[in-house]
Amino acid sequence: MDLTYTPEEEAFRARLREWLAKALPELPARPDPLDWPGRRAYDLGWQRRLYDAGYGSLHWDASPTRRLIFLEETELAGAPYVGANFVGLLHAGPTIAAEGTDEQRARWLPPILRGEAVWCQGFSEPDAGSDLASLRTRAVRDGDHYVITGQKTWTSHAEIADWCELLVRTDPAAPRHRGISWLAMPMDAPGITVRPLRTLAGPAEFAEVFLDEVRVPVANRVGAEHDGWRVTMVTLSFERGTAFVGEVVACRRTLGRLARTARANGRWDDPVLRRRLGRLNAEFTALWRLIQGNVGAAGAAGGVPGAGGSVFKLRYSQARQELYDAAAEVLGAPGALDADQEWTAARLSSLSYTIAAGTSQIQRDIIAERILGLPKGR
Amino acid sequence: MSGPVDLRPTADQRALQASARDLLARRFGRERLRAAVDDPALDRALWRELGTAGFFALRLPEADGGVGLGLPDAVLVFEEAGRALLPGPLVAGHLLAGTVPGAATGERVVGLCDVGADGARLWEHPGDCDELILVEGGSGGEDGSGDGIPRAYWNAPDWPVLESVRSIDPLTPLARVASYPRRMPRALDITRLRREAALLTAALQLGSAARTVEMAVEHAGRREQFGVRIGAFQAVKHLCAEMLIRVEIARSAVYAASLTGQSLPVIGAKILADEAAVRNARDCLQVHGGIGFTWEADVHLHLKRAWLRLEQWQSGAKAEEALAEALLADDAAG
Ligand SMILES: Cc1cc2nc3c(=O)[nH]c(=O)nc-3n(C[C@H](O)[C@H](O)[C@H](O)COP(=O)(O)OP(=O)(O)OC[C@H]3O[C@@H](n4cnc5c(N)ncnc54)[C@H](O)[C@@H]3O)c2cc1C
Repeated sequence: MDLTYTPEEEAFRARLREWLAKALPELPARPDPLDWPGRRAYDLGWQRRLYDAGYGSLHWDASPTRRLIFLEETELAGAPYVGANFVGLLHAGPTIAAEGTDEQRARWLPPILRGEAVWCQGFSEPDAGSDLASLRTRAVRDGDHYVITGQKTWTSHAEIADWCELLVRTDPAAPRHRGISWLAMPMDAPGITVRPLRTLAGPAEFAEVFLDEVRVPVANRVGAEHDGWRVTMVTLSFERGTAFVGEVVACRRTLGRLARTARANGRWDDPVLRRRLGRLNAEFTALWRLIQGNVGAAGAAGGVPGAGGSVFKLRYSQARQELYDAAAEVLGAPGALDADQEWTAARLSSLSYTIAAGTSQIQRDIIAERILGLPKGR
Repeated sequence: MSGPVDLRPTADQRALQASARDLLARRFGRERLRAAVDDPALDRALWRELGTAGFFALRLPEADGGVGLGLPDAVLVFEEAGRALLPGPLVAGHLLAGTVPGAATGERVVGLCDVGADGARLWEHPGDCDELILVEGGSGGEDGSGDGIPRAYWNAPDWPVLESVRSIDPLTPLARVASYPRRMPRALDITRLRREAALLTAALQLGSAARTVEMAVEHAGRREQFGVRIGAFQAVKHLCAEMLIRVEIARSAVYAASLTGQSLPVIGAKILADEAAVRNARDCLQVHGGIGFTWEADVHLHLKRAWLRLEQWQSGAKAEEALAEALLADDAAG
């Protein structure tokens, strides 16, 4: 057990902190949440700046400790979050780094790091959400191409994505987990139609994606043919295990702001609210330690996080919702009912956390069966 | 490979933990536990054996006959004591090993009682202790500010005025300290004492919480209803999964607090470990069904001890208030 950083790591932290102090004031104003091209440009622009300063690749090819320092410092400084780069940096990229060929890594990873490509995730289908292995989108081999027909849904950032990590059924006759492949699909290929879906939080965050005989080169397959389920487990373990590291730090900052706001507006006099905020402080501090532990353990185990990510994801998604419920209490009416308030908007989007990336019920199944070894069942 | 920023115990620490588990399994197994339920007087021979094994002297310098280890190591050993439901004033023995002669070796048993502001607190194992150290004053919290300067007093077992209490925990006799003479003040770093007592108590809670998950999982994997093992039912599975999550979050908090040694992380760790121990014992009882409600099942012993520890050292409203207060002091730029 050790939480100390090496002198090199501390020096890295100091350099990064100094750089952030200079870079952040030069950032352009944040775009309107409804302005998708603007958001894309802003998020990619920030990634480009990180890349030019030598901080671009900290998501998958740095030591776990450096990655933690990077995510901690950028969040503490209030730097923009990965935004549109979420899929590319936090789970498609790490999957390609872990499972792709040298050629595939050289082709797809640098543009993600340089802030030139947005990725999206085409896993879920209308009839295959929690039961992802029941997906039906078909890919039929035609020479050195797959011809793909089907439909994906809830695809975040599909409107502005260049690439999609796509799950397709390559062998309909095989048992359902065995006939799936993981492909990188260019979003400008003919036959793709993206139809934005409005969310309860207002702006379209995700979309339906219709695939009508879309041709994707066989060379775009990551992992062996029909072995996509295994590759998917790698993607999901990054998505659940490490993708939220920076957000935890951001939640701790938000909590501090909530407390100070409550003191300024008189809500601090309510001991029940104060105790709630105090408890959340314990919660987010522990969540930070938990994910630090997970990232460290993943690093020691070859880089891919284990089922422990489900433990983190489940507790974090609940804590995030409690945080913004507490924010509503701090704001009081009419603040908490004003959808334009930052914390109200965040409260709405926090509702997705117990659903996206695998629902809480599914995470509990994973924990019970894979970690605790309880029997499979219903 | 044990690089920096790693919350997993090192090989040495795992060995230490394993030897503690082994000693407790040999000397305080299920039979001894159940015997102690009927006769909760402290097993002096076991206490001396713990002393010989270095349980109390773990953090004393080797020059003073100690083992020279740190707080993280002590936390791992206390986690084992929590798993085993080992009774007795363990925290006091450990924290006062360098102060009270004979405590380090387990020859003398010392009790510790924080009387806080209201002047009436519970003393565990009053009939078994050779002396009692009373701590009072301060906010009862961390910084010693608020209602006066914290002080410590030595007491012989017959000095304080006691009121008897029928303890909810059959393994932990209790007495209520109604008043006590303030004859023998002693210099002690009380802020540190309280902080470390809270951390070690949290470690005991953690061990208990981890044990009740195992008990629930064992039972759910064995017991059959409707022709299947009840662990195949999702409702049961999800109870068990939530139990594990509580353990893991508490473990992260307790281990990290043992490394930083800072007061706020300790308070947070105690809150989360209390929650894990209490709620896990309740869920474990639920998973056991009717048998869980019997005296024969050990789960009630875990729940009762967890309730007791919840009342010891930092907990509840005061602890949460301290953590809330700390938020105001956060970087004002945020
Ligand atoms: C904001 C947001 C963004 C998303 N982004 C993407 C994306 O970019 N790409 C992508 O591929 N997907 C994305 N998703 C989809 C997400 O992964 C799915 O919504 C999720 O896996 C749940 O599937 P479902 O919606 O089909 O719900 P269902 O599977 O139909 O579940 C409905 C309810 O039934 C419960 N349930 C289902 N099966 C079980 C079971 N076996 N045991 C107990 N309860 C069960 C669920 O827990 C849930 O409460 C996103 C979702 C959201 C909300």
